[in-house]
Amino acid sequence: MTTHAPQTAQFVTLPASLDEAVAALTAMPAAVPVAGGTDLMAAVNKGQLRPAGLVGLGRISELRGWHYQDGHALLGAGLTHARMGRPDFAALIPALAASARAAGPPQIRNAGTLGGNIATAAPTGDALPVLAALEADLVVGGPGGARREIPVSHLLAGREMLAPAELIGFVRVPLLHAPQVFLKATGRTGPGRATASVAVVLDPARRGVRCAVGAIAPMPLRPLEAERWIASLIDWDGARGLAQEALAAFGEYVAAACIPDPPAPADGGEVPPPSPAVLHLRRMVAALARRALGRALS
Amino acid sequence: MSNDAATGTPTLDGPQQEPPAHGLGASLPPADARAKTEGTFPYAADLWAEGLLWAAILRSPHPHARIVSIDTAAAAEMPGVRAVVTHEDVPGDSAYGRRIADRPVFASEVVRHHGEAIAAVAADHPDTARLAAAAIAVEYEVLDPVTDPEKAFAAEPLHPDGNLIRHIPLRYGDPDITGEVVVEGLYRIGRQDPAPIGAEAGLAVPRPDGGVEIYTASTDPHTDRDLAAACFGLEPDRVKIVVTGVPGATGDREDPGFQIPLGLLALRTGCPVKLAATREESFLGHAHRHPTLLRYRHHADAEGRLVKVEAQILLDAGAYADASSESLAAAVAFACGPYVVPHAFIEGWAVRTNNPPSGHVRGEGAMQVCAAYEGQMDKLAAKLGVEPAELRLRNVLATGDILPTSQTVTCPAPVAELLRSVRDFPLPPLPKDTPEAAWLLPGGPEGAGEPGAVRRGVGYALGMVHMLGAEGADEVSTATVKVHDGVATVICAAVETGQGFATLARQIVQETLGIEEVHVASVDTDQPPAGPAAHGRHTWVSGGAVERAAKMVRTQLLQPLAHKFGMSTELLQITDGKITSYDGVLSTTVTEAMDGKELWATAQCRPHPTEPLDASGQGDAFVGLAFCAIRAVVDVDIELGSVRVVEMAVAQDVGRVLNPAQLATRIEAGVTQGIGTALTENLRTTRGVVRRPDLTGYALPTSLDAPDIRIVKLVEERDVVAPFGAKPASAAPVVTSPAAVASAVRAATGRPISRLPIRPQAAVAAAPAGS
Repeated sequence: MTTHAPQTAQFVTLPASLDEAVAALTAMPAAVPVAGGTDLMAAVNKGQLRPAGLVGLGRISELRGWHYQDGHALLGAGLTHARMGRPDFAALIPALAASARAAGPPQIRNAGTLGGNIATAAPTGDALPVLAALEADLVVGGPGGARREIPVSHLLAGREMLAPAELIGFVRVPLLHAPQVFLKATGRTGPGRATASVAVVLDPARRGVRCAVGAIAPMPLRPLEAERWIASLIDWDGARGLAQEALAAFGEYVAAACIPDPPAPADGGEVPPPSPAVLHLRRMVAALARRALGRALS
Repeated sequence: MSNDAATGTPTLDGPQQEPPAHGLGASLPPADARAKTEGTFPYAADLWAEGLLWAAILRSPHPHARIVSIDTAAAAEMPGVRAVVTHEDVPGDSAYGRRIADRPVFASEVVRHHGEAIAAVAADHPDTARLAAAAIAVEYEVLDPVTDPEKAFAAEPLHPDGNLIRHIPLRYGDPDITGEVVVEGLYRIGRQDPAPIGAEAGLAVPRPDGGVEIYTASTDPHTDRDLAAACFGLEPDRVKIVVTGVPGATGDREDPGFQIPLGLLALRTGCPVKLAATREESFLGHAHRHPTLLRYRHHADAEGRLVKVEAQILLDAGAYADASSESLAAAVAFACGPYVVPHAFIEGWAVRTNNPPSGHVRGEGAMQVCAAYEGQMDKLAAKLGVEPAELRLRNVLATGDILPTSQTVTCPAPVAELLRSVRDFPLPPLPKDTPEAAWLLPGGPEGAGEPGAVRRGVGYALGMVHMLGAEGADEVSTATVKVHDGVATVICAAVETGQGFATLARQIVQETLGIEEVHVASVDTDQPPAGPAAHGRHTWVSGGAVERAAKMVRTQLLQPLAHKFGMSTELLQITDGKITSYDGVLSTTVTEAMDGKELWATAQCRPHPTEPLDASGQGDAFVGLAFCAIRAVVDVDIELGSVRVVEMAVAQDVGRVLNPAQLATRIEAGVTQGIGTALTENLRTTRGVVRRPDLTGYALPTSLDAPDIRIVKLVEERDVVAPFGAKPASAAPVVTSPAAVASAVRAATGRPISRLPIRPQAAVAAAPAGS
């Protein structure tokens, strides 16, 4: 909040392509890539970060749109939430569009990007459970025009990391041509961080239901057994509907899988009952999962 | 102040009357609106002086610790650092405080709350200052914090003054009487932050005479100057506080905790020094609303008429006294609300803890008890099977009734009329009746809300709040009015905080002198004091002082003419820059009458004195009271516990409407702040350490959280002791709306709702049938 503070000159590059951006980062390893800046600039304003240089990604037009590649969409990492929220995008990947529309106030949605949401990897990142449910892959650009693919979930779980000077270029998302739902609970009516979020994606070709729960753990959680169980109940060639009881049971199953009871103490004593806050979170996840599946199947 | 018909005051009796363009009753826009929208408003954070240095304050990371040593050597040696000051460098008093000087400028032996200032640095760049502050080596011996106010009584004293700041045992009536119906409740109110727009900022400039000028957005410049001067060891007249544009204030702004280190650094370095606090520092440094624990027992007869109220009220003051004594007095005095209670036994305590500091935030004390006594009224209504509004109507206060402090309510108290107005106002349509309208569900437009799980609830609350300082505070204000060349200027040290005083001052002068062009001078401490911008006092005392000064100018202006024409000044009137006699025969312009002269007059307004509450909580402690009734309509998703306030219908006792547009914005702002208190605003701590002191973690209401606010009725019963008969209007909706929201959520969910802000798990009800 320091206006008029004398600023030391910063080294800023504005590359026009992904490879140029990678080259700029290779040339100056201390530089920080910046796209929407909604997280980075908050840290700068707080005085927590004084980057020696910046590599602005805003002029890389190849990253700001998407194209198609054998049944998948290759989404540019520079797509803004506002762009993803529009109807043409929503027709392609409805859950990602819904999460983009829920991601903060308009100012943030206009600036914040898909790639930034992944790179920040905040537990409350709204795109993350959707990408986990879609089993999306990242296309990462490296020095010398190298490209490699990493599943989003591997990056979020820390199983694979970005190497120095690597940048998230694209997100490869399957086009499933089936209903998808993203639901998010916040403590308020206005825009806010998720206290819990659920993405449910139908994959009729593989007769699968995929679900991910966000904001309750450092990374999105997938209740795989619950997914398989509910997929086996759905009449994929018929009306696809499910009884209320089955939807409710799915919700309970998801909640119990993602928020398990604490393990029994080693000394064989009683398992302490979950706290009211944990019970509420479980109830909330169950309701979100039930509603999300119900809407996907209706 | 009787309304002088000769001045052509528009009365609101005539329904067809055109609203006036200026003067009282006009919707005059604020003079600074243009500057604020164009970005030219003089915010303190934008101030600049040649060669200025930047200040940073080192704050304690611990809520309670003994300071073993402070080593500033590393910081002082950093290139660019010009001064490092600690408790050893405070030349005057080492502690300050409104009523009791109990807060050290810099902690010396112990730190008593997370974020307490320990040292300050001035450097040539803000980053250098921040790094230098971080380089100060402080060795702490961490102590167990006292964070539960109930344990403060028995805990080791946190301060030489002890842990009990004030105790008021109010006793009124017969302690042994009981009612046929008894309801009990335990209520908890969270810690609201005033979260002002624009964090604290200021610029201190040393003067050649050894004094210092501080440019900052203070809301009480004279008190701040006196406190700062005592700590600098200077005469008050060598310290000057110049009030810059105030971005907005609902409590004290820029308290001495920010100003004193700034001034010390300027005096030490001989250079101008600027401080611009981050939002985090702002959350840690300034005072919050008192978190409060309330236990209540209401006794009523079979018809629901109150017989006795017993209550225990515990205010968590944080580490220092600040305004806790005043807050406690309000809490105890209004513990029963605007209801007739023949017997009352209220124990109130304000205690010291290691939690973040508490102080003045508008409606303090009164807001917390309102949430509790209205919870009790809902309980009583449920137990008796009476409509909540009907039960309240059977008990409401009116003029002539007696408060539990034995003070007789002499001002207008149209509580029953307010309540009937909101009760009888048509309810907003249910979305199922108007399916074409988009239904904004709890959780927001892209939220998870499902119509099948949404329940609607309607709740009521009645609130009361005192106006002006209480318990013998000398509420005086001085104003000067100058007229020259057909332009009037008001000089008054009442700070325009966004409450609208500057606009009101212009209207008063327009009304009295018939001059359209009125300027309000900026405020500094070389002007006579006007007191703090709190408890609506500027509408009352500063507005009263401006009116008196303007009337004195009027007399000076008209006296020679009246003498010449052989008639009294009362028979002359000024409109549109013209002076005319009552019969219209004689006429001249103001400019002509002025004859190039400058007219000045200074006047004071001092309302009738009050007295402190005595040992049993009795006394005429308040100058005036204002009342408000709110009906809240909420939608609750009973599975997720998310709440959306659909509509707030407000009826308020305002005495007289002086500026309709400004009044409406004050009420809307107050209601919205109350929605924050009710639903989201709580500065959370873990063992005294503030969690997430930023505006992402601390959720202020946004436009989507704000409901439709319907101002259903403004009761204009003039208060004869108030200038113009007007009652200040900002605090009453802040006090009342949280209780109304809680009442509506109770109605929607059937859950007790005894804690504010309402947590989602408290608003979850049985699963809806058939979903």
